Parts: sequence; structure tokens; C-alpha cells
Amino acid sequence: MTGTGLEVSHRTVERVARESYGRLVAYLSVHTRDLASAEDALSEALVKALTAWPRDGVPQNPEAWLLTTARHSIIDAVRHQRVVAENEPTLQLLKEDSMDTAFASQFPDERLKLLFVCAHPAIDPNMHTPLMLQTVLGLDAARIAGAFLISPKTMGQRLVRAKTKIRDGGIRFEVPEQRDLPERLDAVLEAIYAGFGIGWDDMAGVENRGQNLAEEAIWLARVLLQLLPDEPEVCGLLALMLHCEARRPARRGPDGRYIPLSEQDPKLWSVSLIEEAERHLAEASTHRRPGRFQLEAAIQSVHAERARSGRIEWTAVTQFYEELLRVSPTIGTKTGYAAAVAEAMGPEKGLAVLNSITVDAVSSYQPYWAVRAHLLRRLGKVAESLDAYDRAIGLTEDPSVREFLLQKRS
Amino acid sequence: MQFAMLIYESPEAFAARKSDGTDAYTGAWRAYHKALVEAGMFVGGDPLQVPDTGTTIRIKDGKRHVQDGPYADAKEQLGGFTILEAPSLDAALEWAARCPAASYGAVEVRPLAPDLKRRIVD
Repeated sequence: MTGTGLEVSHRTVERVARESYGRLVAYLSVHTRDLASAEDALSEALVKALTAWPRDGVPQNPEAWLLTTARHSIIDAVRHQRVVAENEPTLQLLKEDSMDTAFASQFPDERLKLLFVCAHPAIDPNMHTPLMLQTVLGLDAARIAGAFLISPKTMGQRLVRAKTKIRDGGIRFEVPEQRDLPERLDAVLEAIYAGFGIGWDDMAGVENRGQNLAEEAIWLARVLLQLLPDEPEVCGLLALMLHCEARRPARRGPDGRYIPLSEQDPKLWSVSLIEEAERHLAEASTHRRPGRFQLEAAIQSVHAERARSGRIEWTAVTQFYEELLRVSPTIGTKTGYAAAVAEAMGPEKGLAVLNSITVDAVSSYQPYWAVRAHLLRRLGKVAESLDAYDRAIGLTEDPSVREFLLQKRS
Repeated sequence: MQFAMLIYESPEAFAARKSDGTDAYTGAWRAYHKALVEAGMFVGGDPLQVPDTGTTIRIKDGKRHVQDGPYADAKEQLGGFTILEAPSLDAALEWAARCPAASYGAVEVRPLAPDLKRRIVD
């Protein structure tokens, strides 16, 4: 095999792994509920593909090849444990049509069930996103650990624990019934959004904690939309993330300097991502079932409108925030509302909104202090403003945001 | 639970201390310290003088060995430490990530050893 052929098959392995990982893991674990074994078997199959494909050529249906190989290795592993009797149901399930490649080429997509399992109420909410990233996208524990600021060893242990709970805790791989769907779907959406990691960006330079997983989160939302095309909040979440993603090129200056939303050059925003976001938002609104993510996307849509109109309709932003506060009264929403009110009706009004938040709730919430500092500065309250700037700077993780706030303070 | 944050800094960061206190280095640290105190996390801690001012002593085979400079010969050196009270390692790591040194040096988070301390002190 030539060097190029080798490259081709390596690239094919990578591509198939990326595109089919979640489908294969979901299918391999849907009956056994054993995610860890499914993942082990699949990674073994991927390793085998790296030797077999360059030698024998890439199979006509690479996904089916991986599925068959992974399934064999699960059967081998179960046999190896010499507790065949106990595992008889598993073996039966796995043996069914195991050699039928025609079936394998069109095996059902069980990823929706997998997503609901990852965000199951019996699983620690902090582990919802890591589980999805690992089982649906195949990200390794070290990469996930970095994004969530946990040591790789600890993240690995927590993932193992969560998977054991799924296997032994009677958590079923199923799509929730209609009456449970809204609540269960919320948990899935929350988990995907947590992977995205960008709350909202504004004029005062709020913490913009990129978890470097934005692309992965968008990928997950696209998968979810494909599986649940009639849920407006799924469209809303995707629209929200696409709007934020569209501004990525404008968020840093050429020197790496942080640029807040209000100072960004709209010419640097991605037109195609904004248009896609708008399409999803329009599609969502036809269902007439507004929700948190649609409202957040609508707020971002008003900001995106600046590219055309040159101005921001702060009254519209404020109204969307008021609706958002009714469905999601978090400190993040209140802080965003305060910033919008300040722009629409003046800094005193904005500050009054901030003052309505309990101080204990915001002692380590950076955006509150950044907005507060900005509003106090506009009101000429110098000493209080400097103090709030210090709190915001002290709570900032991103060095370029810290630099930006230090400059604002001086 | 109490944790120590051990602050490791580069020679450039140590050099940046020589300014008059209106610089970004001092400003970032002042703000971080204030945030830690206001959030009720700060227990104690201090910055250390630059590594060159260290003197390392060890006694081997009854003989005193004295060395100029810090113990470890590394590019990034211990520049200070903070003891903080945090509900969990996760929370302590959140605060370590906000430490100015995390973006220009490194911050090691380690739990204190209160059991050992009790055996020593009592």
C-alpha cells in the first residue's frame, strides 16, 4: 500500500470515528446499558481498522465493519469472563444478526436515547455534559477534564462511576414519554449548552469562559435537531449557539485584545452562521411555544441586527429579557437584564435591577461585578466603581478580559 | 476544606514586580486578593521575595551544605502561596483558574494535611 493509500485509510478511520462514534456506541449499548464495554469494543475496532484498512482496503461500508468488529469483541469479552450463564441475554442480543452486514448498514440510530440517558435525573447534573461528550462524540477524559477544570484522573473516575450507575442502576435507554419530555429535554439542552460554555457577552467585558468545546456543542445540537426536528427549544439552542459562534472572529483584536460585543466590528461576524441561526429561530417561532433558549437566541438576534441597522434596539432586548426572567430567573439573566435596562432607560434603572439581586448569590459571579462597575462609572460614583472593577477583575479567568477590565478601571 | 495554592512564576513575572504598584501585575493581584476575601475564601498567604534571595540548606553525613538560591533549578519558581477555604477541590480549582499567575505561570492546588498537623502539634 502506498503512503497516500495509508493516509486515505487513516483519514477514513478518523472521519468514520467522528461521524459514527455516537451512533455505534448508542447501538452497542442500547440493550446492555453497558457504555464502558461498548466504548472499549469500539476503540478496539478502531485500532484494528488502522491496521486492516491500509492492508485490505477501506471496506465498502466502514461503519458496518466497525460495528461487526466491535460486536465480536464484546462477545469475546463476555465469554472471557466465564460467567456466560449470567450474561446469556447480552450474548443473545449481540449475536442477533451479528453477521448480517445488510442490517449493519442501516442499523437504527439510538443516539436520542443515549442523550436522554446521559442527562438522566439519576445522574449527577455535573456529569451530563462530560458523559455526552465522551459517549456521543468520543472525546477523551483528559480533554473533557481540561474544559471543566477538573483533574484528568478525577474526570476519568467520575465518568466510570456515572457509567456504572447507568449499567447497574436500572436506567433505561428510552425516549421519555410525551408528558415527561419537556423536563427531560431541558436537561439535555442544558447539558449541551454547558459544553458551549459562553454565557453571554456584553459591553462591560464579562467573563467569557470558552471551554473550547463550542464546536462539539454545536455538533451535539445539530444531532439533536436531526433526531427531534419538531422541538422549538432545540432550534432555539442551536440558533443561540450559532449567533455566539458567528462573532468569534470579532471577539479578539489582531493583538489578542478582548473586544466586547458593543465594540465589535459587525463586518467580522460570520454572515452564513447568522443566517443559519435566523433560519432556525424562524422555524422555532412557527411552533408558537417560546422557551428559554428561543428567548436567548432572540436577544442575540437583536444584537446581530446591528450589522444591518448600525444600532441596537435596546427596548426589544429588554422585553425579551423580561420574558426570559419569567421562565429562567437566574442571576445571569438578571445581570443581562440590568445591562439592557441601563442602555434602554439609563444607568440608575439598570443599577436598581442589580441591587435587587442578593449579594451572597454574586460573590463569585464575575458578570455582575463587571456590569456594576460599568454602571457606577457612568453614574460618576468613582470609589464604588473602582471597588466593583476590582471584584470583576479578581474573578476573571481569561487574561485578555482581565487586561480589558484593568484598562477600563484605570 | 483548606487548600494551598502554590504560585509558580516566570523570571519575567518576578521582574514585573519592580514597578511602583500602578501596573497591571499589581492591579490584577490586588483585585484577585479582594475577590478572594470578599467571597470568604481567603485564609492566609504571602508573596515571597524573588528566588535569588533564597538560601538552601541541607545536612548530609553530618556536613552542612549551603547553596545560594532556591532549592529547585526550574524556570518557574515559587513566588508565593495562598491558603484558601473551599468546599471542594472543584471550587478551589475554580479560584486557582482566576489567579493571575494561572495565565502567566502555574498554580498548584494542594489540600492541607490537618491530620498530620494534629499529630505534630498535639
